[in-house]
Amino acid sequence: MAVRNCAGAGLHPRGSRFWNRLLAGLALGALLFGAGAHPAFAANALLNRKAPVFQRKDLSGAKLDLARYKGKVVLLNFWATWCAPCQTEMPAFVAWQRESGAQGLQVIGISMDDDADLVRKLVAKLNVNYPVAMGDEALGALYGGVLGLPLTYLIDKHGVIRARFQGETDLAKIQKQWKALLAQP
Amino acid sequence: MSFDFCWRAGSLALLAVLLGAQTPIHAQFSAPAQAALSASSIPAAELLQPEELNRILQSKAGDHPLVLQVGSHLLFGEAHIAGSEYAGAGSQATGLKQLQDRVASLPKSSFMVLYCGCCPWGRCPNLGPAFKLLHDLGFTNVKALYIADNFGSNWVDKGYPVEHGR
Repeated sequence: MAVRNCAGAGLHPRGSRFWNRLLAGLALGALLFGAGAHPAFAANALLNRKAPVFQRKDLSGAKLDLARYKGKVVLLNFWATWCAPCQTEMPAFVAWQRESGAQGLQVIGISMDDDADLVRKLVAKLNVNYPVAMGDEALGALYGGVLGLPLTYLIDKHGVIRARFQGETDLAKIQKQWKALLAQP
Repeated sequence: MSFDFCWRAGSLALLAVLLGAQTPIHAQFSAPAQAALSASSIPAAELLQPEELNRILQSKAGDHPLVLQVGSHLLFGEAHIAGSEYAGAGSQATGLKQLQDRVASLPKSSFMVLYCGCCPWGRCPNLGPAFKLLHDLGFTNVKALYIADNFGSNWVDKGYPVEHGR
């Protein structure tokens, strides 16, 4: 399993190919044998549980550590350049980050593209103002299997997943939920 | 007939993809003509439902199709139909070249099933160009797997066999 996008920025601090492969295998194995064999089951099981933490480097090379966002409401969006509905959502995410970032909202994008260059171009074109990192099979498995896009999770200030939106979703519905989470202590 | 009409409507877009060396790949994603080659452009008669493909693959009788995933390689690595192969993203010139190379030595009557499942059916950018390519190459027994929502919901969640890894 190739993990080129997280080389040096994977789950293991040293980011070796061996460890990335091992962790990816363990995560997928957990999906298959420890969580009822179906990713959707695993994905739904994530609701109201601590969000799986991960570390990556974002497109600028800066460290992206989910654990650092405790105290903020995190909108974790899995997307790709070839996903038309994803690109429909992203301008709204940019606006939300701009308007509510200071109040504690943090959008994080995880691209499930195979080619980082395409991602960089689109991120620049859409003036994305939040961190974007490249995803991989291991990260997908951590989040219950990212087997269709877009996919968005809302994580509360305590690091607990409170909502999951798969496919084309009414943006007003997502906004209502993150605003409610933002209002909570 | 409507089948030909569908493809004629998207022929310019496919030409643009196939001539991708002249066009930045990123520009292909935002080209308006791309919509004409969405999965929705594939005639209903050429579609195969997930339960039907699963039944075919589970059957010990008859010929099994060559099943090719023509979407994201990363999503293929997460999970794909057991026994299927990755054949390149249909929305990219490099992906179509990979598909063309894969089928180059096959008889035109080969039974093949293409699938993607990256996005809701009408928004999939990969399946339409890939299906049209095989049609244009003269393959006569190609079906497209109808995945309404995404591969996870419409295949994996149903408990149909999958494999992991690239």
